[in-house]
Amino acid sequence: LQSWGSLFPWFGLDIGGTLVKLVYFEPKDITAEEEEEEVESLKSIRKYLTSNVAYGSTGIRDVHLELKDLTLCGRKGNLHFIRFPTHDMPAFIQMGRDKNFSSLHTVFCATGGGAYKFEQDFLTIGDLQLCKLDELDCLIKGILYIDSVGFNGRSQCYYFENPADSEKCQKLPFELKNPYPLLLVNIGSGVSILAVYSKDNYKRVTGTSLGGGTFFGLCCLLTGCTTFEEALEMASRGDSTKVDKLVRDIYGGDYERFGLPGWAVASSFGNMMSKEKREAVSKEDLARATLITITNNIGSIARMCALNENINQVVFVGNFLRINTIAMRLLAYALDYWSKGQLKALFSEHEGYFGAVGALLELLKIP
Amino acid sequence: MAECGASGGGSSGDSLDKSITLPPDEIFRNLENAKRFAIDIGGSLTKLAYYSTVQHKVAKVRSFDHSGKDAEQDHEPPYEISVQEEITARLHFVKFENTYIEACLDFIKDHLVNTETKVIQATGGGAYKFKDLIEEKLRLKVDKEDVMTCLIKGCNFVLKNIPQEAFMYQKDSDPEFRFQTNHPNIFPYLLVNIGSGVSIVKVETEDRFEWVGGSSIGGGTFWGLGALLTKTKKFDELLHLASKGQHANVDMLVQDIYGGAHQTLGLSGNLIASSFGKSATADREFSKEDMAKSLLHMISNDIGQLACLYARLHCLDRVYFGGFFIRGHPVTMRTITYSINFFSKGEVQALFLRHEGYLGAIGAFLKGAEQDNPNQYSWGENYAGSSGLMSTSPELCPTQRTRSGTFDLLEMDRLERPLVNLPLLLDPSSYVPDTVDLTDDALARKYWLTCFEEALDGVVKRAVASQPESADAAERAEKFRQKYWSKLQTLRHQPFAYGTLTVRSLLDTREHCLNEFSFPDPYSKVKQKENGIALKCFQGVVHALDSLGWEERQLALVKGLLAGNVFDWGAKAVSDVLESDPQFGFEEAKRKLQGRTSRGSCAGCCSQRQGPPHKCALIFADNSGIDIILGVFPFVRELLFRGTEVILACNSGPALNDVTYNESLIVADRIAAMDPVVHSALQEERLLLVQTGSSSPSSAPYSLWVGWTCAVLPVRLDQGLAVLARERGADLVVIEGMGRAVHTNYHAALRCESLKLAVVKNAWLAERLGGRLFSVIFKYEVPAE
Repeated sequence: LQSWGSLFPWFGLDIGGTLVKLVYFEPKDITAEEEEEEVESLKSIRKYLTSNVAYGSTGIRDVHLELKDLTLCGRKGNLHFIRFPTHDMPAFIQMGRDKNFSSLHTVFCATGGGAYKFEQDFLTIGDLQLCKLDELDCLIKGILYIDSVGFNGRSQCYYFENPADSEKCQKLPFELKNPYPLLLVNIGSGVSILAVYSKDNYKRVTGTSLGGGTFFGLCCLLTGCTTFEEALEMASRGDSTKVDKLVRDIYGGDYERFGLPGWAVASSFGNMMSKEKREAVSKEDLARATLITITNNIGSIARMCALNENINQVVFVGNFLRINTIAMRLLAYALDYWSKGQLKALFSEHEGYFGAVGALLELLKIP
Repeated sequence: MAECGASGGGSSGDSLDKSITLPPDEIFRNLENAKRFAIDIGGSLTKLAYYSTVQHKVAKVRSFDHSGKDAEQDHEPPYEISVQEEITARLHFVKFENTYIEACLDFIKDHLVNTETKVIQATGGGAYKFKDLIEEKLRLKVDKEDVMTCLIKGCNFVLKNIPQEAFMYQKDSDPEFRFQTNHPNIFPYLLVNIGSGVSIVKVETEDRFEWVGGSSIGGGTFWGLGALLTKTKKFDELLHLASKGQHANVDMLVQDIYGGAHQTLGLSGNLIASSFGKSATADREFSKEDMAKSLLHMISNDIGQLACLYARLHCLDRVYFGGFFIRGHPVTMRTITYSINFFSKGEVQALFLRHEGYLGAIGAFLKGAEQDNPNQYSWGENYAGSSGLMSTSPELCPTQRTRSGTFDLLEMDRLERPLVNLPLLLDPSSYVPDTVDLTDDALARKYWLTCFEEALDGVVKRAVASQPESADAAERAEKFRQKYWSKLQTLRHQPFAYGTLTVRSLLDTREHCLNEFSFPDPYSKVKQKENGIALKCFQGVVHALDSLGWEERQLALVKGLLAGNVFDWGAKAVSDVLESDPQFGFEEAKRKLQGRTSRGSCAGCCSQRQGPPHKCALIFADNSGIDIILGVFPFVRELLFRGTEVILACNSGPALNDVTYNESLIVADRIAAMDPVVHSALQEERLLLVQTGSSSPSSAPYSLWVGWTCAVLPVRLDQGLAVLARERGADLVVIEGMGRAVHTNYHAALRCESLKLAVVKNAWLAERLGGRLFSVIFKYEVPAE
C-alpha cells in the first residue's frame, strides 16, 4: 500500500556541530483500521514525542513552531520541531535501540555533518541505516517549502522596521513573492553563505568560522555561563560600549575624513587593552560585546557578498538567531545603514529547522 | 563594523623611562643640520622623521691643460684627481618605544642647532597625548596630520623609492620572505591597515584614495580579548603564546562535525567550522596558548576574508597589509597570508612592507615638506645607515638589545637625478635585474658572503692608499671595515634584511659603507694609472684593426671587447696577474681567451651586422683602462664608421674600477685628440656620452671580482639617458661586463637587438655556469617579431 518513502514514522534529521534538529510529522488522519495495524513501537514513538515538550534533560520541542494541519504526501497532520545538543547523540541512538526503531523498517533521512559522523553508530548500535543528504540541498529545499506553506496562516518571513529604535522598532511580515536571487546566510555554529538563483540553482559563496558557536564559546570562557539562553540573557543586560572602542573614543566624534559615525565600533574589545577598563567591565558587558562583535562581522561579510553577487535581499537563518532579537535587529540595522538602504535583511520564523525539513522532504521524495 | 586607522591604543608604555642613556650619535644622526621634523606616535612605538644634509667627500677628475706635449711623457697621469666636499640631502627616520620619548626629546633639544624649524608634524593615536610634552620640550608647534592620509602618503613613497619594498610571506621556505620588484606603476592598490581595528583603503593615485571599508575585529580585538582570556597583558606575549598553542583544542573543525567522512567528501578536515566552538562547555579548562592561537586564527582569517571580498569588489589584486598587528611579526604575516590564499584561491597576493612601521612618519614628514616637494626627487635607501628588516644589529645600543624594543633606523639619500625605467625593456613590470637570488640560494649566498669577507682587507688597504694625504684615513678605513663586516654578519643571519640579497646589493652596501667613512673612490688612483697606460696603446690597437679585412676586423673587435673586459681590478684572478706583472698586456689577454671565442659564437651577430647599420647603439661600459679604451672605443669607432650613432653610458658615480661618466669624458677627449673619427662624432653629436644615474650613495653598481655596474638597466636609471635612448631611436643595446651582463640583466628581455658579453673572471661562478675561468659569455638576442 505504502511506498517505502511514506512508511511511518516520518522524520527529518539535521545533525549540526552543536545542535541536532529533528522534525517529526504526526499524522492526524489515522483511520481506525490504521490505528489497529499500527505497531506498538510506532505508536509509542508518536505518543512520546507529541505528549512531551521536553525529552530527557536537554531535548526540547519548540511548541510555538508547530505547523498545524499540514498536508504532506496526501496525509494531514502536524509538523513538530525538536532540538537537542549534538553531544547527546549517543543517548539518542541508544533510545532508538531501546525503542526498537529498526523493527519499523523505516529510513532515517539525515543531513548535516553528523549524518556522516554518526552513521556508523546508527548502524552498529541502533541497527539503523541512515540516508545521508547534502546539507545545502536540504537547507534550500526546506526554506522554500516552509515559506510556501506559511506559518499557521501567518507569514513565515519577516523584517524589522526602525531596528535601531527600541520604541519604534517593529517586526513586520514579509512576503517572498520574488525569492530570487537571494542571499542565504545560515548561522549555526559557523556560518555558510549561499547565493540562490532558483530552486535548483545555487552556490555556496563563502562562510566564516565566526558564528553562533563562537559567540557561545567565547561567552562561556568570558562569563562562565552554561547555556545559550543564559548568554543571551546576560547580553541583554550588558553595555558593549564599555568593552569596545568606538570611533568617537578615538576621534572624539565622527571621523569625517572617512564618513564614519562616532557610534560605530572601531575596535571590538579594543577597550580591553587597558587594565583599568578590563577591571571595570561586567560579565554582562562582555557577553553583549561578544554578541555585537560576532553579529556585526556576519553582517559585514553578508553585505560584501551581496554586493559582489549583486543580490539585494538577504535572508538570515540558523539557530544563532533563536530568541536573539538583539542580533536580528543589529543585522537589520547594519545592513540597511552600510548599504545606504540598498539591502534588506529578512528573517524566518523556523530559523534553524530548514535542514531537517529538507531531509524530511527528501524522505517523502517531495521535489 | 566601522574602522579607524589609529595604531593601537592601550599602550603598555605609559610610564616614561627617563633613566636610559642613549647612544646618541649612533641614532639621531646629523641632528645639527636637521630641519623639518615629523613624529608618529602609535600605541607603543614612536617614529621620528627629519630632513638633514650630509657633507661627504667626492672624488673629482679634471683634465690637465694639454697645450704642451708633456702629457705624452711616460709617467705622467692622464688627468688629475681631487677629493672635494659635497652636500647631499638625507631623510632620517628613527623608531623607538614610547617609553623613551622624553629622553629622546631631551636629546634632540640639546643637539638641535638649526632654529629655523618652528613646527613639527604629528600623527598617530598618541599625538594628542604627547602634544604638550613635545611642544614644551622642543619648543615646536605641533601640527596634527590625519592618520590615514599620512599612512598612504608614506606607503606611496616607499613603494616608489625602494625597489624591493614589498614582500610575500612564504611558509616553509627559507627564508620566509619573498621580495617583489615593485611594479613601475604602483597604483591602484588596496591597503589593509590592521591597527586596533581594520581600515581598508583603495589608493588610486598619489592624491586620491578612498576608505572602502573596514572591520572592528583587528589588533585591538586580539589584544583586548586575548588579555581577558589569558590574563596576558602584552601584545607580544600574546603572540608568543599563540605561536605555541594548538587551536584545534578550542576550535570546532570540519572533522569534528563530519567525523572521518570529510575525506570522502573532499572536505579539508582541518578547516575551522566554528572558532571557539569547542569552548562552549562549562566542564573543560583550556590552555592560554590554545586560546591565544584560536583567537589569532579567528582574527587573521576574518581580516583575510574581508580583504579578499573588498579586493574582489574593487577588482584589485595587490593588497598591502600594515598596522601594528602585522608589524614584523612572522606569526601574523603567516596567518594573514594563509587566509588570503584560502579565501582568494590564490588570486590575491598578501603583500607586506619592509618599512611598514615608518609609513605614518614618512607621510607626516612629506605633508610638512610639501613646499620643498620631496616627491619630485628620487630617494634611495642607504644600507649603511638603515637597520634593515627585523635587524638586531648588535653594534647599535647593545644595552637595549635585551629590552623588547630597540632603536630602528632608516636613512634615505636624495638622488641627484630622477631615475626611471629603460624604455627599451620589453616588460618593465616583470624586469628582475638580478640573475641569482642569494636570499634563495643558500650555497651561493655562503660563497659570496665569504668572498666579500675575504676581500675586505684588500678594500681597506686600497681605501687607505687612495687618500695618502689624509691623516685619519687608516682610522676611518678601520671603522669602515667594522661597519661592513657587521653588515655582512647581519646578512648571514638575515639575508632578507634589505630586500632580496644579491651580489649587487652586497656591492651597494659596501659602497654605502665606504661613503659613510669618506672613501668616495678607493680605486681612483688605480683607474688613473690604467687609463694612462691604455691611452698610450690606443693608436697601435686601432692601426692593427684597420689593417684587417672586414670579417677579421669584426672578430677582432669582439675579441678586443672581451679581452678588455679581462682587465678588471675587481676580479681577484686578474688582479693577481696584474699586480705581479704589469706588462701583462692586451695581447696576452687575447691569448688567454684563445679558443673560447669561436667564429661560430659571433656568427649570428656578425651576419646580422652585415645588414643595414643600426640607427643608434646604446652601450653600457664597464671598467676603466684597457676595457673602455682598447676594448670599447675601437668597437664604438667601428659602429660610427658604419653610420650608427652611439650613446656610451657610464656610471654617474664611482664604483670600484668602473669607468665613471666624468672619467669617460676625459678619456673620450684624449682619444678624440688622436682619432679623427671619434673627434668628428663627438663634434657632431653622433657619439654621446651620458651617465647612467647609478652611483653610490644611490643605488650603486659596480664590479668586484667582476666587471660590473648594473643598477643601470635595473629598475631605475637616469631620466636623461632614458629620454635620449628614446629620442635617438636606439635599436641596439650592448651590455658589457660580468656585473651588468651576467650577474644582472642576463635574462632581461629588450625590445631591440641586444648583445651581452663578458668574461667570467670568477672560478666559482664559471664552474656554476658550467665553464672554466675566463670563459666567454656572448649573448646576442633579437626580439621576437
